Amino acid sequence: MSQLIFELSRDGRRCVHLPKEDIPSYSLDEAFKKTDPIPLAEVAEIDLVRHYIALSKKAHGVDSGFYPLGSCTMKYNPRINEEAAALPGFALLHPYQPLETVKGALVAMDHLQQALCEVCGMDGFSLQPAAGAHGEFAGMLLIRAYHQANNDHKRTKVIVPDAAHGTNPASASMAGYDVITLPSNDKGGVDMDALKSMVDDTVAALMLTNPNTLGLFDPNIKEIADLVHEHGGLLYYDGANLNAIMGLSRPGDMGFDVVHLNLHKTFSTPHGAGGPGSGPVGVKKHLIKFLPNGTVIRENGTLTIKKGDAQTIGRMRSFYGNFLVNIKALTYILILGKEGCKETSLNAVLNANYMMEKLSDLYTVAYPQTCMHEFVLSLEHEKNTHGITAKDISKALLDFNIHPPTMYFPQIVHEALMVEPNETESKETLDRAISVFRHLYSLIEADPDLLRNAPTSTPVRRVDDVTAARSPILKYIKPE
Amino acid sequence: MNVKEDVLYLPSHEWVKIEDDTAWIGISDYAQHALGDIVYVSLPDVDDQVDKGKSFCDIESVKAVSDVYSPVSGVIVAVNQELEDTPEKLNEDPYATWIVKVKGTFDTSDLLDAQAYQELLKQEG
Repeated sequence: MSQLIFELSRDGRRCVHLPKEDIPSYSLDEAFKKTDPIPLAEVAEIDLVRHYIALSKKAHGVDSGFYPLGSCTMKYNPRINEEAAALPGFALLHPYQPLETVKGALVAMDHLQQALCEVCGMDGFSLQPAAGAHGEFAGMLLIRAYHQANNDHKRTKVIVPDAAHGTNPASASMAGYDVITLPSNDKGGVDMDALKSMVDDTVAALMLTNPNTLGLFDPNIKEIADLVHEHGGLLYYDGANLNAIMGLSRPGDMGFDVVHLNLHKTFSTPHGAGGPGSGPVGVKKHLIKFLPNGTVIRENGTLTIKKGDAQTIGRMRSFYGNFLVNIKALTYILILGKEGCKETSLNAVLNANYMMEKLSDLYTVAYPQTCMHEFVLSLEHEKNTHGITAKDISKALLDFNIHPPTMYFPQIVHEALMVEPNETESKETLDRAISVFRHLYSLIEADPDLLRNAPTSTPVRRVDDVTAARSPILKYIKPE
Repeated sequence: MNVKEDVLYLPSHEWVKIEDDTAWIGISDYAQHALGDIVYVSLPDVDDQVDKGKSFCDIESVKAVSDVYSPVSGVIVAVNQELEDTPEKLNEDPYATWIVKVKGTFDTSDLLDAQAYQELLKQEG
C-alpha cells in the first residue's frame, strides 16, 4: 500500500505561498479561537501531484478499461462535455450574482429541464437534487406533499419490489413512509396478484424501475399504473435504467407521475468519485407546484428562479443544483439530438443482448429472455458444484483490466453478476470481454485455484472486506 | 444446514423460541450462511412494538443489507447489545444468538416447525 498524504507530511512544508496580507486584521473573540492546530498534511506541490497521480494509476475507471457495472451505466464521458462546462460564461459564474447577469445560465438550465421533460414524457423538471438518491428523496417528498395537499393523510405505505435498488426503500423510509416489499413473478416482473392484494387507500405510491434491475421491461406496466391510480396512489419511476429506453418509451406515457434521473448514468457526466452527480426530478402537471425552490421557472415569459410557494417542498440543495454537471448533460443531449438519443438506447440494448447471447451457453442467465440494457448471470450452480462464486469470477476479471459487473444484486438472484456493457463500447471490446468471461468459466473446471487466488496483478489483491466493515479505521491519527 | 428442533420459523428464515409470554427471535443457520459475514446489526430499541411479518431490524453483511422480520407480535423487552460490537456471533452460533426478547400473547398457528422448515430449505435447494 502507498503512504497516506498525512504520512508524507513534514512540518512547515508548503505548496501554496499566500501573498502578504493587505487588509486590516481583525481579532476574533478568544472564545471562538481554535486552540489546537488543525492536523493538515504539509507537503510540497510536486509530492502532492505525484501522490494523487500514483493513486489514480491504481484505480480503474471508464478511461482505463471496460466497466460493465450493472445498473450504473458506466458510459464514456465525452470530452466535449468538459469543454462546454469550462466555458468562462458558465465556469466563472458566482452563485450570488444577480439573476439579470446570468440569463444565459438560466436559458441553459431551462433547455435541459425541457429536454428531460421530452425524454421522459413529464411536464416539469427540477435540477436541484445533487445525485440519484437525493433525487429519489425529492420525489418521495413531492408525493407526500401531493397527498397532504389533498388532505389525504391515511396513506402511510409505499410499495417497493424485491428487485428494486436499495435506495428506493431508503428514500421512502426517509420521507416517513412504511415500506412494503412486492415479490417478483417467475418472469422477473411485478407479481400482479401480490400487487392487487397490497394496493388500497393507505398506499401513497409504488416505486418502480422499468426496465427493472434484471434488465427486463415489465409488459404489464399499463395495468400496474392503472391499478395504483385507481386506488389514489402515485407511480414513481427510478430512472437508473433509463439508458435502455430513451426515444423508445417514456415513463410519462407508461403512467408514472414522478421520475428521477441520474445524469451521471444516462447522460454521460462523470460518475462516482470523480462526480459530482446530478439527480433531476421530474413530475406530471398535477405535481409541478410542489417542485423544489431553486428550479428554473417562467414568470410572465421571463426565466427566473422559483423562490417561495406555499406548497413547494422547499429547497433540496443550496443554490442551483450541480450546475456544471447539468451543463455537461445538456451538451450531451444537444449533440445526440432526438435520433441520437434513440440510437444510444438501441445500441445499449443490442450490446447487452450480444454479450448475453455469447455467454449463455456457459453461464446461467437468471431470467433467460431478450433483455434490455443489462442482464443478470447466476453462479449458484458453480458455487454448489465447484465452490466458485460470483466474487471469484469478479476478482479474476480484474486481472484482465475489466471492472467486475455489479455483484450479489439484485438479491432475488443468488450469486448474481449484473452485466451492463452500454452503447459506448465497440464490438471489439465486447468480443474481448466475452472471450475473457469464457476463459474464466473454463477455469472453474480446469484450475479453480487460479480463480480463488485472483487477482494477482492488481496493487492490492483480495481486501479483507469483513475486517474493514467490522472495525473500520476512518481517521488518521498522527503518531506521537 | 443446521435446523434447530425446539424453535419455530418464518419462511424468511427467522427463528423464534417461545416460553409462555416471552419470545426470543434470531436468524437461522441458512440465513446467516446466505448473508455471509455479518458486519453490522441495526438494533431496535427496548419498548419498540414488533409486528408479525414486519421488519424490526436490519442486518448488514459484506454482500447486502437485509431486513429481519418478526415471527410474532409484541413489545421488545430486551435487545442483545453484544451484537453491537460482535455481530459475527450471528454467523458463529445463530441459534444461541437471539437479537431481541419480546413479551406478548403469541399466535404461532402459521409458523413452521423444524420439519416444515427443513422441507422449505429442500425446496429452495
